Amino acid sequence: MREYELVIIGGGPAGLAAAVAAHEAGLRDILILERDNELGGILNQCIHNGFGLHTFKEELTGPEYAGRFIEQVKKLDIPYKLNTMVLDLAADKTVTAMNREDGLFQLHPKAVILAMGCRERPRGALNIPGYRPAGIFTAGTAQRLVNMEGYLPGRKVVILGSGDIGLIMARRMTLEGAKVQVVAELMPYSGGLKRNIVQCLDDYGIPLKLSHTVVDIEGKKRVEAITIAQVDEKNRPIPGTEERYECDTLLLSCGLIPENELSRSAGVELNPITNGPTVNESLETSIPGVFAAGNVLHVHDLVDYVSEEAGAAGRHAANYIASGCKAEEHKSLPVKCENGVRYTVPVAVRPDAAGDSVTLRFRVGNVYKNKKVAVYAGDACIFSRKRPVLAPGEMETVVLKTSLLTDHPEAEGITVTLEEA
Amino acid sequence: MVDIVIIGAGVSGCAIARELSRYKADVLVLEREEDVCCGTTKANSAIVHAGYDAANGSLMAKLNVAGSLLMPELARELDFAYEQNGSLVVMMSEEDRPALNKLYANGVANGVEGLRIVERDELVEMEPNISDEAVAALYAPTGGIVCPFGLTFALAENAAHNGVRFQFDSEVTNIEKIDGGWKVSTVKGDVEAKVVVNAAGLYSDKLHNMVADDNMTIIPRRGDYFLLDHTTQGFVSNTIFQLPGKYGKGVLVAPTVHGNTIVGPTAIDVEDKEGVNTTQAGLDDVRAKCGMAVKNVPLRQTITSFAGLRAHEARHEFFIGEIKPGFVDCAAIESPGLSSSPAIGRMVAGIVKDILGLEVDLSFDPRRKGILDPKGLDDQAHAALIKEHPAYGTVICRCETVTEGEIIDAIHRVPGARSVDGVKRRVRAGMGRCQGGFCSPRVMEILARELGVDQSEITKSGAGSELIVGVNKDAI
Repeated sequence: MREYELVIIGGGPAGLAAAVAAHEAGLRDILILERDNELGGILNQCIHNGFGLHTFKEELTGPEYAGRFIEQVKKLDIPYKLNTMVLDLAADKTVTAMNREDGLFQLHPKAVILAMGCRERPRGALNIPGYRPAGIFTAGTAQRLVNMEGYLPGRKVVILGSGDIGLIMARRMTLEGAKVQVVAELMPYSGGLKRNIVQCLDDYGIPLKLSHTVVDIEGKKRVEAITIAQVDEKNRPIPGTEERYECDTLLLSCGLIPENELSRSAGVELNPITNGPTVNESLETSIPGVFAAGNVLHVHDLVDYVSEEAGAAGRHAANYIASGCKAEEHKSLPVKCENGVRYTVPVAVRPDAAGDSVTLRFRVGNVYKNKKVAVYAGDACIFSRKRPVLAPGEMETVVLKTSLLTDHPEAEGITVTLEEA
Repeated sequence: MVDIVIIGAGVSGCAIARELSRYKADVLVLEREEDVCCGTTKANSAIVHAGYDAANGSLMAKLNVAGSLLMPELARELDFAYEQNGSLVVMMSEEDRPALNKLYANGVANGVEGLRIVERDELVEMEPNISDEAVAALYAPTGGIVCPFGLTFALAENAAHNGVRFQFDSEVTNIEKIDGGWKVSTVKGDVEAKVVVNAAGLYSDKLHNMVADDNMTIIPRRGDYFLLDHTTQGFVSNTIFQLPGKYGKGVLVAPTVHGNTIVGPTAIDVEDKEGVNTTQAGLDDVRAKCGMAVKNVPLRQTITSFAGLRAHEARHEFFIGEIKPGFVDCAAIESPGLSSSPAIGRMVAGIVKDILGLEVDLSFDPRRKGILDPKGLDDQAHAALIKEHPAYGTVICRCETVTEGEIIDAIHRVPGARSVDGVKRRVRAGMGRCQGGFCSPRVMEILARELGVDQSEITKSGAGSELIVGVNKDAI
């Protein structure tokens, strides 16, 4: 097996954008490893539109959006291997993988980009009591069955969780002839995008019940009924509020978990809030030369931002290789989150390594109205923007001119916070 | 007329079938579900109890100790996952010392080898996560853990290899005495047999009552469990019990042979013999109790929760014996039934052999090779395997790294996997942290292809549990 300078683990939107950007930055020796039988990742099953408004200024379907990047990868002759599972990533960046053609093989790249994406939280991890019959699917599994294989997994549906895939699947199942009776959401707010609640639930008259959860699943062979109940402020079901729905299907859209098993095996430091690697402004993890982007780093709301972030990771990886793979010593400013800011990516910024600008991405932990997003370098406020509404379902982005940081050499850290507007 | 019908393809029925396959006899196993190990055998603690717990002098004690002793050799012969990891019964208060000593004495009287009491210092050394309140423990080095599916598939496959036939989806509806034997009616038709073995688990009372003079009642005793991800591997190395209370063995925390951690069970008597639903109260109970003997149980790493039913009879004893000429009970097999199964198989087969005067079959092959798990191969052998059989190069289940080659093997075993759960229990596809989210559609595809049926016919676990109900827009 020939060696490659950069190995990208994952050929979904993040991996593809990273590959293209690394190539554009001058790197020619790139390999993408993809576990599925085609490039594009989960976008291939996202046949609804709404992708690409930021990146291409037009509304594309998931496969169309992926197609744009796949075309570029093919045009640039960037090699990729399909049906290839990476089994192990070592701290020295040795990649162990296998597929039918090459068998078991190892690669020793100079840099690695982690772009493995995320998985859905299954029923078992939600501790929903009841039976375990057929008819319980994560929204993404149902999406694959319906959109890629043309099979209907159920006719009368209850959905738990109002993540975007759940909302999209409420509409899809309705369009394919199923009756979606209700979407229950544990939190007092939806985890999905506002536009999806309007376009996928409201337009079809599907009720969204906030602060509700599933308390019983009936049916020994196949789901026969689902009981939901309202929850109190500690998310405990309130007796007497139960509502029973006869149905044959329960779809779950209860959160996405970055797939960091390989990162963990390599010893990459993970952030317990995002479940993704901790990275600096260059999207480099705690292991020099290992970069991360996309949903493996933190779960995004829009694929456009995945592409943008992954493009940056690709450029940084290319620069790392071009500059001789040296770990550079720079002053590093830790990024602190306060007042409802749950996390930031990156967790540290090295102004001297940052180029012209620094992008901070974050999510808030609750719904906030009439707030200001403020960023401080030490005690000095270097950025402030009014936000009429902030919601956990939407990712926030702040782009700072690096000069704002270098203007405050005394600062020992950066703080991202919410303030009264 | 066949020689022997065994009703029930759980671990007891399969162990009996395997032992009977040593003899020249025509053996048929009838099972109401679509696969082996679908009842009590499917959902339990996956423990091989050393045998200190069962009352001295009981059949349960005798078979538990004997079964536990037979397990290591059986695991070698039949190639299933078993490990002698040791067990600890932890005493949480000095006041309980007499109960601990009594348990020790009972174990010694039962013939359990190597038992000793370990005091706190040694206990902490053995199990760093033991509770700060733990005082001492009964240590049983012969305690073990086993994959209950793996054990049962191994027994069934070896039995089938030696001529035993299995008939699934064949619930028994009636048993009637006829000349020279019994007529067993099933939903799939009648079978006549010289000898009938009742190994029907939760339903062993129902079959017993069809022929016996007395009445037996099996009470389904439900146990709720949490199963934690591999990331918890090493959290405990022994199987950790609390000193028993009124309801059995309390909540245990144990490693599994596959690197997970299992936590449970509750003990709740229910009416429904199919009532394997977990409840909020049951799960809360496990959550509350698991932290008593072990601290900081990482329940956040839960990948699934489930419930199983034990076939409990009020006297808490195994009932094994010929209750009518040619009708042999193997009833009320509750915990430690899994541990006892190798000995139960021998005992019941011995009874049947004597009834029919069976001759030893010299062609009996005691060996069975398990489904090849490429993860166990060295790199060179692994590479060679993929070269020869490329299906071993395609990973289907990402979480457990299960390849297409293993799934194909599982489907073509006898008895083989016919459902998604059948594949899952044989090769662990879908058993990991994503619980089949990614792989179940692909497992369905492979099942459909290998079985030559349409994907819409693929079930989760037999008829009625179809995963697909139609095609898009078919109702519009």
